[in-house]
Amino acid sequence: MQEHGRTMKVTLSVWRQAGPQAQGRFETYEVDDVSPDMSFLELFDVLNERLVAKGEEPVAFDHDCREGICGSCSMMINGRPHGPELGTATCQLHMRKFEDGARITVEPWRAAAFPIVRDLVTDRSAFDRIVEAGGYITAPTGSAPDGNLILVPKAVADTAMDAAACIGCGACVAACPNGAANLFTAAKVMHLNLLPQGQPERWERVTNMVRTMEEYFGSCTNHGECEAACPKEISIDFIALMNRDYIKAQFKQRRLASQRG
Amino acid sequence: MAEPILDARIPAGPIEQKWDNHKFDVKLVNPANKRRFKIIVVGTGLAGASAAASLAELGYQVEVHTFHDSPRRAHSIAAQGGINAAKNYRNDDDSVFRLFYDTVKGGDYRAREANVYRLAQVSVDIIDQCVAQGVPFAREYGGLLDNRSFGGAQVSRTFYARGQTGQQLLLGAYQALARQIHLGNVTLHNRSEMLELVVKDGRAAGIVVRNLMTGAITSHSAHAVVLATGGYGNVFFLSTNAKASNVTAIWRAYKQGAFMANPCYTQIHPTCIPASDEFQSKLTLMSESLRNDGRIWVPRASDDPRSPDQIPEDERDYYLERRYPAFGNLVPRDVASRAAKREVDAGRGVGPLKNGVYLDFGDAISRLGRAVIEERYGNLFQMYERITGEDPYVVPMRIYPAVHYTMGGLWVDYNLMSNIPGLYVLGEANFSDHGANRLGASALMQGLADGYFVLPATIGDYLAPQLGQQPVPTDDPVFTEARQRVEDVTKRFLSIRGSRSVDWFHRELGKIMWDNCGMARSRESLEKAIAEIPSLREEFWNDVRVLGDDATFNQSLEKAGRVADFLEFGELLCRDALHREESCGGHFRLEHQTEDGEAQRDDENFAYVAAWGYSGDHANPILHKEQLEFEYVHLAQRSYK
Repeated sequence: MQEHGRTMKVTLSVWRQAGPQAQGRFETYEVDDVSPDMSFLELFDVLNERLVAKGEEPVAFDHDCREGICGSCSMMINGRPHGPELGTATCQLHMRKFEDGARITVEPWRAAAFPIVRDLVTDRSAFDRIVEAGGYITAPTGSAPDGNLILVPKAVADTAMDAAACIGCGACVAACPNGAANLFTAAKVMHLNLLPQGQPERWERVTNMVRTMEEYFGSCTNHGECEAACPKEISIDFIALMNRDYIKAQFKQRRLASQRG
Repeated sequence: MAEPILDARIPAGPIEQKWDNHKFDVKLVNPANKRRFKIIVVGTGLAGASAAASLAELGYQVEVHTFHDSPRRAHSIAAQGGINAAKNYRNDDDSVFRLFYDTVKGGDYRAREANVYRLAQVSVDIIDQCVAQGVPFAREYGGLLDNRSFGGAQVSRTFYARGQTGQQLLLGAYQALARQIHLGNVTLHNRSEMLELVVKDGRAAGIVVRNLMTGAITSHSAHAVVLATGGYGNVFFLSTNAKASNVTAIWRAYKQGAFMANPCYTQIHPTCIPASDEFQSKLTLMSESLRNDGRIWVPRASDDPRSPDQIPEDERDYYLERRYPAFGNLVPRDVASRAAKREVDAGRGVGPLKNGVYLDFGDAISRLGRAVIEERYGNLFQMYERITGEDPYVVPMRIYPAVHYTMGGLWVDYNLMSNIPGLYVLGEANFSDHGANRLGASALMQGLADGYFVLPATIGDYLAPQLGQQPVPTDDPVFTEARQRVEDVTKRFLSIRGSRSVDWFHRELGKIMWDNCGMARSRESLEKAIAEIPSLREEFWNDVRVLGDDATFNQSLEKAGRVADFLEFGELLCRDALHREESCGGHFRLEHQTEDGEAQRDDENFAYVAAWGYSGDHANPILHKEQLEFEYVHLAQRSYK
């Protein structure tokens, strides 16, 4: 249990950028009276209150649920996406994980596919384009059979769920030296490709999603930084599975094409 | 003075046939003509995304607006526990009628029977739909779907995907929506916030939005407008809602004439992590499903300084099991919340601020083993550990109630259309199905029922007669005036240049609301709130400080609009609570309780929906009543003993 009443002081070095085309820079802010029970985003709430009181514009940052599930929050903290605690989104990171007197550098996600909107906010719409390219099972409303007609072995359902846990925050891309989105894409591809319901569109799905991913993002060279940064600890094995499906798909689709004559 | 009576247009006939008969009776738009109709959907949570995808699949042109960067961020994503459906896969005598019965009773007899019956009917189709989409529900070893039980029910009818059911259902709906975007049937506007509803000749004609990236204010017209913009729990500042959840879309619709129904029905969720300090920005929910295996207790003695492991069994009070032996820890949310408040108010609260009760897994871990508990609740335990720094496998969790869900919302008829023709309201944003208290795992059910099955079946009734008509052009004076209103208010926020931040006002409002209109309300406290809110509002308009400009990404400016609306809405909420001289579900009036402290309804005088109509900023709202008839579930004092 935390002892109550103890407070900390931290020095923040925060990336400020007024707009997409503006020149960015680091600004230093000292924040005292920080409670160790405060979340990292609550630290920014306090900082922003103080900035507004001084007549300075608050730091823009994406956030919403503050429960680690919506995937909005996205801060590069001391060079690590979402900061030092493994398997934790920025909103779930608490100040007790830092030393009193710590210097903390906070930046937005840095990736060509995620242009900066303002300060710590980036535009991650490229992820939506990947999902739109095939990250679904075609099942128009009303056409479904009884839920229990489709048997899904427990191990398959569990593995699909491991992949489906992705919150789409973009930490994997931010961590990758190449700015690749393979972990994000693989998580969605394999969530669906593992399930029996996903089989009819399996080969087309992986092909279309991987191609769209490559339009926006860099290439994967197996650094593995993505897995370490993922707040949902999604395994890099899914990338291997996606690659296997992608290769297979190239042959399957060629055969189908030739059958069509 | 007799209040105006509202007609919900409930179809005739026996309850089990109403929906099927109605679907046959509604006017249809033929498949080739559907593309000649344009529908705007605001919000991309479960209700909005499922509606947009389903309408587009039918062939309508759909335009979707979300203020998030991506449709997938909507707050439905945070629902943890599960979704109810009357499948009776467990052979425990569940049925459509039982789900209907439990929901009406759980809602403390303040919901519309016909809607609830329909909800129970389509609940089974929702599960089928979601399975087909690839939602990775929990499975038995044989590959069949697994279920768990939930508060307020004596059967196991809840389907779940670990502790992330909302996430998985939302991703299913989002993916169906993504497919329609890719096919060109849906146009998506992200970071686009609705700031006005436009009404022409009494009908919904479109909306005015602000692009949050560029500040551009634009008009969008359509044949119908669908609001699926969620609940208003953030009027209390501290709640389990996401930070951006707000009342703005439905409040602006209210100011254009839509009726706001039962705003005082707010749900306080019993299992949240207690606040730890004054900087607390939100409260975090721990899924109610934890009450399946966790036992709730407090020390028998007030101000017991011992740590929980030092308190022997006979000095603990498992107060829910003691007071409600039949349901025990699984009583409905309102009952569990009030019971916790009673213990804490009596000085038996636990934790450093003495503001919680224990939720103890010790017994379950020794009975089932740690591995089973980890499998069921692993991610929740992890989340708790992160937030509190305590390991719930070893130390009992501390929980306390927090504002979670709002049963009130815009009034809708059986077709989910508001009193403004062409304006539909879905999900938490409407008032329809939960009465005065929502049962666990029913929000997801209602959002998806509205979006996948109800709206697509009913909207044709309104559209069909309009075939051949074009939407109102966006250069019509109704649009230019609405745009002007948005521009004026935006400029006004930036020109005040006062001394206090938007968040300061929001916190102050939250304190007034929680202290006077929270878990327990009285005439005195409500009158106090109704006196204090207008002066805070006035202070806001004179002294708020919004920096920056309106042509760039400006989060303070966004928030200013939302808080301004909460400052008006909060007063209406309190007025509704004051007028309802009874206790029911989430609305607990101290003056109206039984001898043992349970809610006391007044069916004779209050078995109606209170739908408030706007009549000007300085005039009292006008009350409209929809009388509730209970033909199938007989009115009775709720008992979970």
